[in-house]
Amino acid sequence: MTTKKIYVYPVWVRLWHVLNAICFILLILTGMSLHFTTAEGNFIRFDISVAIHNVAAIIITFNYGYFVMGNIVSSNGKHYKNWRKNLATNLWRQGRFYAFGIFKKEPHPFPVSEDNKFNPLQKISYVIVMYLGMPLLIISGLGLLFPETIAYTVFGVSGLLLTDMLHITMGFVLSLFLLIHIYTCTLGEKPLSLFKGMINGYHDAHD
Amino acid sequence: MKTKKTVFSTILLALVVSICAQSADTLKIKPSFYEVSDYVDENENCLKCHGETKYSYSDADRGKTLTKIMYPDLIVDRDAYYDGVHRSFMCSDCHMGDFEEFPHSLDARMEDNFACIDCHGYDETYAQYHFEVIDAEFAESIHSIDGFSCWNCHDPHSYKPNMRDTEDIKEAIRFNNGMCLECHNNFSNFMLLSDKDEINVVESHDWLPNQVAHFRSVRCIECHTEINDSILVAHKILPKKEAVQQCAECHSRNSRLMHSLYKFQSQKDRKAGYVNSVILNDTFVIGANPSPLLDGISVVVFILSFLVILFHTALRIIKLRN
Repeated sequence: MTTKKIYVYPVWVRLWHVLNAICFILLILTGMSLHFTTAEGNFIRFDISVAIHNVAAIIITFNYGYFVMGNIVSSNGKHYKNWRKNLATNLWRQGRFYAFGIFKKEPHPFPVSEDNKFNPLQKISYVIVMYLGMPLLIISGLGLLFPETIAYTVFGVSGLLLTDMLHITMGFVLSLFLLIHIYTCTLGEKPLSLFKGMINGYHDAHD
Repeated sequence: MKTKKTVFSTILLALVVSICAQSADTLKIKPSFYEVSDYVDENENCLKCHGETKYSYSDADRGKTLTKIMYPDLIVDRDAYYDGVHRSFMCSDCHMGDFEEFPHSLDARMEDNFACIDCHGYDETYAQYHFEVIDAEFAESIHSIDGFSCWNCHDPHSYKPNMRDTEDIKEAIRFNNGMCLECHNNFSNFMLLSDKDEINVVESHDWLPNQVAHFRSVRCIECHTEINDSILVAHKILPKKEAVQQCAECHSRNSRLMHSLYKFQSQKDRKAGYVNSVILNDTFVIGANPSPLLDGISVVVFILSFLVILFHTALRIIKLRN
């Protein structure tokens, strides 16, 4: 079996990814602390949580802009396109692999290549997370950071409440995504091989 | 000639109609006053001067009529008076001195004002409002100083329940905070009662995030009083060092706002079987809106996902060993 190194994570993507990961973990920890605050206290002091949450949120917002611009001006954007093509069939094949094939040591149905570094399940989840989830999370977060910009009521319900509910819901959905994302990253050839790829930029492809 | 008569008649008719059709709102003594008070005419003996910004009197010595400006604190707004809780009163019910003479006698002018407790205390009719507790709280309040009484915040000539009956909580908050800012944002008034330096409310609250949003959304007393569940509005104003500065006291489950700002609404809602519904309506407070259902669903989904991952991992390990 020969191993071929494919360069799939350019430096700018790795920098974006590490900053995104650090900020996201900080946002989850402080966000949970704020959400489950009691008058007696919480596991991170309220004002410290707010400060960290706000700073991390601003950094992740600019980092998101950096990601979107990077995808526009570089070839990395191609990995987020054409996700509709044979969607159902491809998702079934990938899902079947994770459910059964992986235990029978079947080959990956969609091996990583320079033109296609994501499998169909990764591609659709990354598209939804990065181009729907993140914008909703950022916009609702900015609304909470500048509450005077939020409509006082929407159809008789507090605009602040709706914004907060959207923010909390998206925060939860993306936290769940993070859990699954980290686990699926152990599904490479070896449990740590995909993590190494995100550090050195290379994916080890085996013939 | 006939044309001139027609024009004159038309103008005269228009004048008569416009006078007769004058809106009741522009009248000083409105018909609605008589619906709420039996003493409107008697009160006018006082309000003809104290209801105006200027008053006139005859100076017999000089043989002429003089006009003077009325001291602003002695002006009673008729509209506010007949809209207030004391509207059915006659002026002389409370001002018992000899005010019929003018100039008023020194004794009359130096009369002691009643405090709320003098009429409302120890009376079953008002027992639900616990004026005795309010009076005791005020006695312990930082406002309990010489020259400070109920009237500095609550004008008996215009007082009406504000928070209790409000349909617009933002307006009620603005009104309430206006009471405090009357002195705390107006040094001319503040120095009448205190020797302390001028306070800059914006600077002294510069630690407060989203200051404008806080000032619009909560009353000063939310943080500057000690909560007392036995009365509707806390009256023990605390020294500034003891004011609430922990965000979590409001932005948390069992928020103190449920015991102060939203007390009236939450009491009604509790009777109806709802808890915290007021905070979930148009007066939402971040952190104070526990939704057990959503939190529960989130925890279950997260645990299930984690179990699936554990199961998948276990299967991978077992297959790897085989």
